[in-house]
Amino acid sequence: MPSRFTTAWLVAASVYVLAACSAVRADRWTPAQLDELRGLWLGSLEPLPPDPTNRFADDPRAAALGRSLFFDPRLSANGRVSCATCHQPELGFQDGVPLGRGAGTTARRTMPVAGSAYSPFLFWDGRKDSLWAQALGPLESPVEHGGTRDLYAGLVAQQYRPDYEQVFGPLPALGDRAAITQVFVNIGKAIAAYERRVRHKPSRFDAYVEALVTTGRERRDVMTEDEIAGARLFIGKGNCTQCHNGPLFTNQEFHNTGVPAAASLPLDRGRAAGTHGVAADEFNCRSRWSDAGGKCAELDYMVKSGHELERAFKVPSLRDVAERAPYMHAGQLATLAGVLAHYNRAPAAPAGHTELKPLRLNQRELLQLEAFLRTLSGGTTDR
Amino acid sequence: MKRLIVTLLLAATAVATSGCATLMTMIGKGPTKPAASEFGLGPRTGSLYTATLEPAQPLRKRKLQTVQVRIVDASGKPVDDAAITIDGGMPQHGHGLPTRPRVTRNLGAGVYEIEGVRFSMGGWWEFKLAISAPAGSDRVTFNLAL
Repeated sequence: MPSRFTTAWLVAASVYVLAACSAVRADRWTPAQLDELRGLWLGSLEPLPPDPTNRFADDPRAAALGRSLFFDPRLSANGRVSCATCHQPELGFQDGVPLGRGAGTTARRTMPVAGSAYSPFLFWDGRKDSLWAQALGPLESPVEHGGTRDLYAGLVAQQYRPDYEQVFGPLPALGDRAAITQVFVNIGKAIAAYERRVRHKPSRFDAYVEALVTTGRERRDVMTEDEIAGARLFIGKGNCTQCHNGPLFTNQEFHNTGVPAAASLPLDRGRAAGTHGVAADEFNCRSRWSDAGGKCAELDYMVKSGHELERAFKVPSLRDVAERAPYMHAGQLATLAGVLAHYNRAPAAPAGHTELKPLRLNQRELLQLEAFLRTLSGGTTDR
Repeated sequence: MKRLIVTLLLAATAVATSGCATLMTMIGKGPTKPAASEFGLGPRTGSLYTATLEPAQPLRKRKLQTVQVRIVDASGKPVDDAAITIDGGMPQHGHGLPTRPRVTRNLGAGVYEIEGVRFSMGGWWEFKLAISAPAGSDRVTFNLAL
């Protein structure tokens, strides 16, 4: 016959085990989960990495000139397209449409600018390896700005000569292609100096984690139960941090997630083409226009081939993601719910192989994840 | 009556415990993560050589970094003339290393510099060295927790 003492002990043990279990499910964070949350917090973002390819990257005068150029529609063949035509500050430096529209229509979704200085490779396929080289691409694309480097160098000579010379020294005579290209490159370097300053502002999620990791206090006033449950799914069962990790919610890599092909566009090979693009780019880190002196580790150790690059696309930041429909590299998915349904279902890729496996999340969990993603909106600033 | 209560409590405890265990199992998946004692920068011994990783700074997520490796033979003598290739990845996620690291310098005294090392997420990574030297070829695998 068990004693009264044994019975009491068993009651206590049962209560303890049940409490431990419910704590895992409800609202306590384990040390490992706290580490994950701290890693996603904007407060753990490191200072801007230097850009050795651009010695003007942190020159405030270059950034001021770059800001003027960024918003100037005269940098286009038709006089109506500036960088801000697609990268609209009031929309978080993107445009809210499936495919970017400049002089014509591009084949890709406009990417936001904030935090891009942390990325070793730019564009959805990583075909550029610096912000300045990236900025030069759209300027000469017939469907974006639609102009030529001759046009832009001429515009700088007419409209920006004092500002240009203050940063870059005397404007060369625009007689030969090398001189014209030098001015064109410096346009890119000035725009990059401005874009480096475009950054994310803290979101409700950041306020929640900041309190948690600095005071140990859980701020229930900034996140709801469903949003907290969504955060738990994000770092757990959803496998989201496999790619969306770190304070910018991206590992800066390229992955095939079986995103459907865009109707009416040729099949896009993504990174499989991008590695060749960046290796051959006239303006890459190893080019004569770069200030890196040949030190180009990102290019040197880049994975250049392999099946995993086929239809792999850049992992975008999830900061402000709820303000940024439609989604994916050609805006194929119209809503956040649609994106989560895609990850939950994990369909086969139209080319290459998807890295996703079905998540088997239920409807309530999908809604909680979506609610969590909405806590990542904090806006961007260029100040 | 008392016996009934005790039985019920035992049953409840067992259900709760197994529920918790299931929950914990669901967090990990795929290949089994080695024991904590199997993790670290070494020394790790293959069939011929022992290797130790010596990163200039603690290993970090998402950063391109340089790591030195020290290789000795069974008698503890430095292996100076090795050719080393690097491979690895995340066994639980089925992907390889996000970069192609390689040995860029032989620093002597069995120490080699590996550049271009990156770990794109937290978790269990395998970092594998294929070591080829006059005494023979060997493979040494490190388990790293990022």
